[in-house]
Amino acid sequence: MTVLTMAKALNAGLRRALEADPKVVIAGQDVGKLGGVFRVTEGLQKDFGEHRVVDSPLAESGIVGTAIGMALRGYRPVCEIQFDGFVFPAFDQIVTQTAKMHFRSAGRLKMPLVIRIPYGGGIGAVEHHSESPEAYFCHTPGLKVVTCSNPPDAYWMIQQAIASDDPIIFLEPKRRYHEKADIDEATPPPPLHSARVVRRGSDVTLIAYGPMIKTCLDAAEAAAEERRDLEVIDLRTLSPLDMAVVDESVQKTGRVITVHEAQLSLGLGAELAARITEQCFYSLEAPVLRVGGFDIPYPPARVEEDYLPDLDRVLDMVDRSLAY
Amino acid sequence: MSDASGGSGEIELVQLLTPEGERLEHPEYPFSGDDDQVKGFYRDMVLTRRIDTEATALQRQGELGLWASSLGQEAAQVGSGRALGKQDFVFPTYREHGVAWCLGVDPVQLLGLFRGVDLGGWDSQKSRFHLYTIVIGAQTLHATGYAMGVERDGLVGTGDPERDTAVIGYFGDGASSEGDVNEAFIFASSYNAPIVFFCQNNQWAISEPIERQSRIPLYRRASGFGFPGVRVDGNDVLAVYAATTAALERARTGNGPSLIEAYTYRMGAHTTSDDPSKYRLADELEHWRLKDPIERVKAYLNRSGSGDDAFFAEVETEASDTAADLRRRCLALPDPRLLDLFDYVYAEQTPLLVAQKAEHADYMASFEDVSPEPPKGLRQAQPALTGQAQPASGGGVH
Repeated sequence: MTVLTMAKALNAGLRRALEADPKVVIAGQDVGKLGGVFRVTEGLQKDFGEHRVVDSPLAESGIVGTAIGMALRGYRPVCEIQFDGFVFPAFDQIVTQTAKMHFRSAGRLKMPLVIRIPYGGGIGAVEHHSESPEAYFCHTPGLKVVTCSNPPDAYWMIQQAIASDDPIIFLEPKRRYHEKADIDEATPPPPLHSARVVRRGSDVTLIAYGPMIKTCLDAAEAAAEERRDLEVIDLRTLSPLDMAVVDESVQKTGRVITVHEAQLSLGLGAELAARITEQCFYSLEAPVLRVGGFDIPYPPARVEEDYLPDLDRVLDMVDRSLAY
Repeated sequence: MSDASGGSGEIELVQLLTPEGERLEHPEYPFSGDDDQVKGFYRDMVLTRRIDTEATALQRQGELGLWASSLGQEAAQVGSGRALGKQDFVFPTYREHGVAWCLGVDPVQLLGLFRGVDLGGWDSQKSRFHLYTIVIGAQTLHATGYAMGVERDGLVGTGDPERDTAVIGYFGDGASSEGDVNEAFIFASSYNAPIVFFCQNNQWAISEPIERQSRIPLYRRASGFGFPGVRVDGNDVLAVYAATTAALERARTGNGPSLIEAYTYRMGAHTTSDDPSKYRLADELEHWRLKDPIERVKAYLNRSGSGDDAFFAEVETEASDTAADLRRRCLALPDPRLLDLFDYVYAEQTPLLVAQKAEHADYMASFEDVSPEPPKGLRQAQPALTGQAQPASGGGVH
């Protein structure tokens, strides 16, 4: 058992991947000598060399575009986009090229590419440093999208993502980088594309991922004091969704609330609501309700606490669900 | 010329064969091949043009959705394509039909993309000719990354001609304005990647002339990125071959990237959907017609005595046969099945796609059991179905 922060767990996972496969290459701005602005790649260049841990020119499209070329040559690139709001210069290479390569070649070309993106708010950052762009990527066939909420998942999921032959958008909740937990090497991890019930309950199901898992667990703890028994699902994989875990929970509780930082409209919550309604209609006691960011651009940091879903907003929605 | 407004000094143009078919020498870019090799280039160019002409005809007859003609660019494509070594790897745009020919890609597979039966049917790893890229300039980054991989594989500067490897990335004058092309230059330069950037400046990006893309000759862009650039007569197959050979060798020996600007002309429309009479003058076309890449080689071979009537007739016959064969096989290309496409999205299939595919398969199968009276209440909101067939059930998705 080793206690690590999420950032250190990711670092350890990346190290394991570099050791396991000489074709793994890390690339991004400041990932080498500096170890990344969040220090997720700290020490890796020193130990694996400049050919394996590559400081890229400051050009996101170039980082992803050259990673595609390296993948075509048989490498397994792991790109770091420094912040969520800076992924858009690379959006074209991700959506028109990375996502479609396997499809347009009728499966002849694999794209074992991981694109790591620190995402989400809550750190008092300036513009473009607090966004949640996951829905764009989930809407793109050919990409897979995952996000970790805790150090053990971070450690295992990054290794599983690198081992995957599909391109994976790997979202890291930056405000949870410093949360600590035990990592148990002896227990094998669940499959990458599986959701997990992280708290059992019978009254209402909260479905969340990434930074909102801690918020939901805190909310469930508070609700328990009012004798309300909340179940919390950590989706972990946003594309593909693991609906089996979701459906089972909904069939038990009949009440569902989705929680994410991203803007509500056409977000993950909307997709979940549609699928739950299609698949669990007769189990529902209340409409699927959503807690999320408002449909405004991410606000200035001094009001982000009002913008981001928190314990109170989650509990308020629990009240509304139970009122049906 | 307006393109001389930036930079300094006279614009150099490497030329080894004049439009009249006279051989010139160039100290830096010698052509040491014999006339048999030149005859080979001639054959490649005639066949490329014939394939292109046939494809345009097929489009006009409704057999292709679209075609991007390579007419007029045969020397740029064959000269560079034939300079490639057997380890080298190509990243094309969507117009490199002549390069594809040189790499042995079956032309019917190029047509498949434009007919709409697939999105690139050739084995790009085996042919070393990547799939066509339609998003302008995106492939130059892939080429650069691939070259970075080659370098990591230790296949640069070994001194072993069987192993040393280069990459060539094609793009056009329009693409030179794209961020991706400029980023590719930076990455290639920064990492000293074994790559040749091959720009076919065919003067037009659909309706926009080169003056809209650049105030300086494109080859001079290279110096700003820290590697050499050269402009060659893109309608001179010998000059293109010589310059590309030198650039590839430079890359293979570890001396890094370089840029070739093949100065040529798009004799046809941008694609079959385009009407160039709206934006360019017939005079310009006539001016370039006199610089035709094939005619000058024919003139040279006539002059040198290496090509006789029998040779030219033989190539013509081969071209006609190739075109007829291409047409026959194009028309025989099987349509894709939508259900198969569900399996191509991911290397590891997802439960969602398995379910969608199965559901759609059931829906399609429901048409096989025709029921004359569809159940009331079903399908009212659906658009009219063609023919008599009605699904026996709602298909499960409605």
